[in-house]
Amino acid sequence: MQAYIIRRLLALIPTLIFASLIVFITVRLIPGDIIDLMLSSNDIGADKKSRVQLEAALGLDKPMVSQYFRWLGAILFEGSLGKSLWQNTPVMEEILHRLPITFELGLMALFVALIVGIPIGVYSAVRQDTVGDYVTRSFAILALALPGFWVGTLVMVFPSIWWGWSPEVKYIAFTQDPLRNLAQMAIPALILGKAFSAVVMRLTRTMMLEVMRQDYIRTALAKGLATRTTIIRHALRNALIPVVTLVGLQAPVLVGGTVILEQIFVIPGMGLLLLEAVSQRDYPIITGVFLVVGVAVVLINLLVDLSYGLLDPKVRYR
Amino acid sequence: MSAPLLSVEGITVDLPTPRGPLRAVDGVDLTLAPGSTLGIVGESGCGKTMLSRAVLQLLPKRAKLGGRILFAGRDLVTLPAEELRRLRGPELAVVFQDPMTSLNPVLTIGTQIVETLQAHLGMDTAAATRRGVELLAAVGIPAPEQRLRQYPHQLSGGMRQRVAIAIALSCEPKLLIADEPTTALDVTVQAQILDLLAREQQRRHMALILITHDLGVVAGRTDEVAVMYAGRVVERAPTPRLFTRMRMPYTEALLAAIPKLDSPPHTPLPAIAGRPPDQTRPLKGCSFEPRCRYADERCRAAKPPLADPERLGGLFACWHPL
Repeated sequence: MQAYIIRRLLALIPTLIFASLIVFITVRLIPGDIIDLMLSSNDIGADKKSRVQLEAALGLDKPMVSQYFRWLGAILFEGSLGKSLWQNTPVMEEILHRLPITFELGLMALFVALIVGIPIGVYSAVRQDTVGDYVTRSFAILALALPGFWVGTLVMVFPSIWWGWSPEVKYIAFTQDPLRNLAQMAIPALILGKAFSAVVMRLTRTMMLEVMRQDYIRTALAKGLATRTTIIRHALRNALIPVVTLVGLQAPVLVGGTVILEQIFVIPGMGLLLLEAVSQRDYPIITGVFLVVGVAVVLINLLVDLSYGLLDPKVRYR
Repeated sequence: MSAPLLSVEGITVDLPTPRGPLRAVDGVDLTLAPGSTLGIVGESGCGKTMLSRAVLQLLPKRAKLGGRILFAGRDLVTLPAEELRRLRGPELAVVFQDPMTSLNPVLTIGTQIVETLQAHLGMDTAAATRRGVELLAAVGIPAPEQRLRQYPHQLSGGMRQRVAIAIALSCEPKLLIADEPTTALDVTVQAQILDLLAREQQRRHMALILITHDLGVVAGRTDEVAVMYAGRVVERAPTPRLFTRMRMPYTEALLAAIPKLDSPPHTPLPAIAGRPPDQTRPLKGCSFEPRCRYADERCRAAKPPLADPERLGGLFACWHPL
């Protein structure tokens, strides 16, 4: 198993190099580069001389290839992701500051998805083709169909018009006031987890229906086990194996969702950092965020693969 | 003969199909005395499995069941679910055909035995585990303590079927239904499993219903045999009697289809021509008529009843008995 984990971590390296290369190049291809932005935001006349000076100061005068290798070298030898082109603060520091916030939001959304999706999926499967099944399935479709950014905007706007209440927009850190922090994160987490929970519910239902047809479920019933034991111990454990896969596959989708919801609910996580960096063309931050997200997604999937071993005794890591 | 343990009266099972209801079991009557063995024989689709599932009340959800199933004086058809649950295990148990799929792949052998004991006998884990070891040893599994911690995929097919038997025997049932218990196994293992079932049946004085498509399997191991065809019992007789003097042409054809060791090499194996009838479109006459070499007008016109016109102790449903 250790050898397996090491091999998986080694496989991470080419993935990240390839991904970083793509990000590194594409952000520099966006029309309107950082020099234009800087020159227009300061009231300096955009003459040829100041442009050259600025490029040289930011290290953007070198060819893209050498810029890339300098960036890569800094990561490998100094463990540094460079500095923000605007604030001149270390990118690593900025990301480490924001990562826990996004992580919390993603984890809460995952929690919502599982805590809502799995029980309802089981219920829907056990009560197949009843009114309850149709109602839950319709809600799942609805939850999938309503885009998170739209629901998020509604939640920000309408309660304030009707009741003069709106979600807190001043971020409260977890370390500062855990309860208020959780309350503040709950709404975006619900919205972020909503579509995910619908997918989990649908998959759990399908898998439960599949598993309930298996011979070993008939055996469990023939042994005179209670229905509840049969469903939870015998059926659900088998049905959850693909749900775990789904969690791994949905992890990047969750990251994408946080970018939008952090913007709407003004949560200073990685998503907001990324959005700001993109609009300001702060290249080191953009590439840094993508690198960290890439590592996170790969690690989550490794974790998912390892957790198969807990659910499915047939899985062996070699 | 003592009062029957199981008495099946006029059981019908209808399964919905896109082509209309399919009568899988069509008016079957059976009785079984405590401690006795009944073989149910027939080809695939003759309704033998559906009959056994009806007895266990484990029919598919949409199946419609008619008739009465009296087990130790209670009608299983109308029994509330909770009472039925308490009956399964300590009174009624089953071994299914395919041990590859009838054990749960994600639970250890130990869990699957222990949970049965705990559900019915209220044993604590330690006592149930000890009993599990005894049971595995009783069904001929070497190193039972280690096997308890293993998962089904770590065992061979024969071993898994032994585990399934151990689970079925765990609460000392009064009736064990073995539904093609050896069909999915290697020929070399088949006899071992059948011997094991026979030994445990005698030791525990348990009634056994042995379902198979192989007349050879029931030959030496059952007290009585019921031959099924197209959802009906077409011949029923004490085993020795059935083999010495069978009356139903279908039984004869089934027996003829068993390869014989003493026949010369390259003797063609007689097969029963044609296919079983479409049970969504029942025939007016005898259902075996289209495949029967003795059939005539009478067979096409009316269904022969299952009866014993000669009062010789064997029932058969044929207008032209052999």
